[in-house]
Amino acid sequence: MSPANSKKWLLLVLLPLGFAGVWELQQRIDIQRRAFEQERDELVLRSGKLVRAMSLEYAPLMADIYWTRAVQYYGDKHARHDPNFELLWPLLDLTTTLDPNLLVAYRFGSTFLSEPSPRGAGHPELGIALLMRGMQANPDYWRFYEDLGFIYYFELKDYQKASAAFAEGSKHPDSQIWMKIMAAKIAAEGESLSTSVFLWNEVYQTTKDPQVKDNAMSHLHLLRVEQDCQQLDALADEFQKRTGRRPARVGELVQAKLLPRLPVDPMGFPYVFGPDGKAVLNIDSPLLEQQLLQQNSK
Amino acid sequence: MRRAGAVALNTFREAVRDRVLYNLVFFALLMMLAAILVGGISIGIEDLVIKSLGLSAISVIGLLIAVFIGVGLVYKEMDKRTLYALLAKPVRRWEFLLGKFGGLVLTLAVNTMAMAAGLFAALLYVKHHLERTDAVLLIAIYFILLKLTLVVALALLFSCYSTPLLAILYTSALYIAGLFVEEMRTFHSTAANPLLEALLRGLSYLLPNFENFNVMAAAAHGREIPGALVLQNTVYAALYSVIVLLVAAAVFSRRNLK
Amino acid sequence: MPGHAIEIENLTKDYPFGFLHLRKKRSLDGLTMQVESGEVFGFLGPNGAGKSTTIKLLVGLIFPEAGTARILGKPITDIAMHGDIGYLPEQPYFYDYLTAAEVLDYFARFHDLTAADRHERVARMLRKVGLETARKIQLRKYSKGMLQRVGLAQAILHDPKVVILDEPMSGLDPIGRREVRDIILELKREGRTVLFSTHILSDAEMLCDRVGVIVGGKLRGIGAPGEIVGMKAQGMEILFELRESGSSARAVLAKAIETGDRYRLQVSEQELYGVLEQLRAVGAKILSVAQIKASLEEYFMNLIEADRAQAAAVEVSGK
Repeated sequence: MSPANSKKWLLLVLLPLGFAGVWELQQRIDIQRRAFEQERDELVLRSGKLVRAMSLEYAPLMADIYWTRAVQYYGDKHARHDPNFELLWPLLDLTTTLDPNLLVAYRFGSTFLSEPSPRGAGHPELGIALLMRGMQANPDYWRFYEDLGFIYYFELKDYQKASAAFAEGSKHPDSQIWMKIMAAKIAAEGESLSTSVFLWNEVYQTTKDPQVKDNAMSHLHLLRVEQDCQQLDALADEFQKRTGRRPARVGELVQAKLLPRLPVDPMGFPYVFGPDGKAVLNIDSPLLEQQLLQQNSK
Repeated sequence: MRRAGAVALNTFREAVRDRVLYNLVFFALLMMLAAILVGGISIGIEDLVIKSLGLSAISVIGLLIAVFIGVGLVYKEMDKRTLYALLAKPVRRWEFLLGKFGGLVLTLAVNTMAMAAGLFAALLYVKHHLERTDAVLLIAIYFILLKLTLVVALALLFSCYSTPLLAILYTSALYIAGLFVEEMRTFHSTAANPLLEALLRGLSYLLPNFENFNVMAAAAHGREIPGALVLQNTVYAALYSVIVLLVAAAVFSRRNLK
Repeated sequence: MPGHAIEIENLTKDYPFGFLHLRKKRSLDGLTMQVESGEVFGFLGPNGAGKSTTIKLLVGLIFPEAGTARILGKPITDIAMHGDIGYLPEQPYFYDYLTAAEVLDYFARFHDLTAADRHERVARMLRKVGLETARKIQLRKYSKGMLQRVGLAQAILHDPKVVILDEPMSGLDPIGRREVRDIILELKREGRTVLFSTHILSDAEMLCDRVGVIVGGKLRGIGAPGEIVGMKAQGMEILFELRESGSSARAVLAKAIETGDRYRLQVSEQELYGVLEQLRAVGAKILSVAQIKASLEEYFMNLIEADRAQAAAVEVSGK
């Protein structure tokens, strides 16, 4: 083998070894950095105006980058069950300052800024502020009124303002007819299960954002659980009327022909009766944790 | 090694005579201006502004030097034929490459240290005293230097077989890609194609990760940087540079000079 | 002196060109020759003949497609051998931000020399090539000729056994050429081997023990300058002055060319003494008598013509 050839072979061995080392090292650095960054998240520049000035004519591009960061920031925190969404507002603030017409950013932001922890930052007032800015910059977009009504309805429980928001949005020529109906329904009933289901379903059907969709789906699941439990409780009352005692198991309702089969929650786990005789989620159902979290935040 | 050292010193001398270090004047002016103005506009975060601005300037100026001189390191010597007489001396081609690399890294080290001194001077002017936490800045500056070393290695590699313009393009493309490896890895949260995801994920561990060296925000806020990270980043920069230099040496050892 | 300083065997080099470097042009085609130890060898050929290619192959700037070469018995891939050779590139160019003294000091660092030895040598070399007064000026202000001298100085700075010079006389004025010739002769006196390329015949003739002629990448002749065809004299030229041109001079002057107040007359070698007698008889003052030679270009052109004729003949006979 000539010296040139043996060098070539040596290189062919050394390079994969070197890259294996790089790979290994990178994993360690990642761990190290994660531990060290968790102390506080980094966002050096928080002034949207300054960033916009610095990004010259590329502000929309910068907006896209900040938007991507915002989405990933939320996704990452959410996946790690980290309830601290401190940077969500500055990121969205920067994004929408850089590109005031980035509609998705407002909608995404209004949801996750307002939702209580651990789903969101728990700052409905920031969500509203963001939407107000969105409306000012994009007066032709009626769905911001839907989002505004949403926050008033779900987070702030201010049904008058929620109704007003839907009514305002319904005046928009492009808006859909249900906006008007919602305005009236909320004004009359305040919070109701059917309104909540309708609103989340609307979000679920129309959004393209996977995180927003997931979130809506999870809310819909919990709402269905709520509906199911209400129905089961009603059936248990019926059972008590017939037999004079509360059912201990859901199966007794089936045996009594009150139900065709064992009812299951949206994740496929059968409901059970709690110690107080009320229908509740199965202890194994993953929905239970979400339900508890939601109840705690209320 | 002695011969590589001779090449390195000459490369350093070239940089000095080509007035590369004049950038320090610009940096000094920037720091002075910032130090004077900062008191008036950013009350309460004067030192934060000085630190962020100083570190950013050290990084940007260093990058400009590393890329623009790095891509000419070998190409210029081939193009101007200054290499011909040298290679007829008892010097191996890899020794020449190593010397060129070392020379520019030396230049950058001197330049960065001078800028670091300027940054501390500006900080002293604004705060009237220094704190223990300000020492974190030194680590951040050291990380910048590690990053620049890796950039020089890449620029040198491209300088071995392409024109400076293309080499600038390649180097900056790799640098920018190296800043977004984090995004590549978290791509899975937004995309659904598993093949693309796996590809990006693999790439994200193999590309030079320049984000590793970015601790500017931490340094500006005076937060401790773990010693393990300093060690790991040092090894990372060294290992990656060695890999790149090996490839460069392999490419260059069989190259026909025109 | 025994042994070969340089042995070249079947050395072949292609240059890629065109789109994606897919096509190749053969620039050196199976060159085989030797340079004896201690001789001055002239490498002759027109531009693009393959002289520079051969020299660059020898010093390892480019790599051959086929063939080998040895210098001082060591293969050209052996870098250690470079300590014993000196090389002057064609139209040399050095770091223009350095002074002559600095550039020589830089190159000296690649040889195993002590600092004191290095300084002494640099000073001596600057004196030798006549750059003593310009030693502290940056090379960017140097003329082409001065750069050539710097190049020569760096080539011989370390007392190499073999000195390879690529077109050492080009770009020099007559005084400079004279000085380079003196240096080459001095190297020969010191027992060193010198290989240099040139396309100027008189340089080769004046200095070389042997010459090799290369045309179109092939060696076309090798031997002492006089042995090579086309280098023989084709006649003599007489330069003379004539004050009064009487009728007796008319016969001689008929063939002469008048330039200013002088006459030039071309005669064959056999006629020379007869014509000189006639000139003396008419009272002419002889200024010089010189050999007329075919220019190297003519010689090369003849070779190329011969190639074409042969190729044509082969084609015809093949039919």
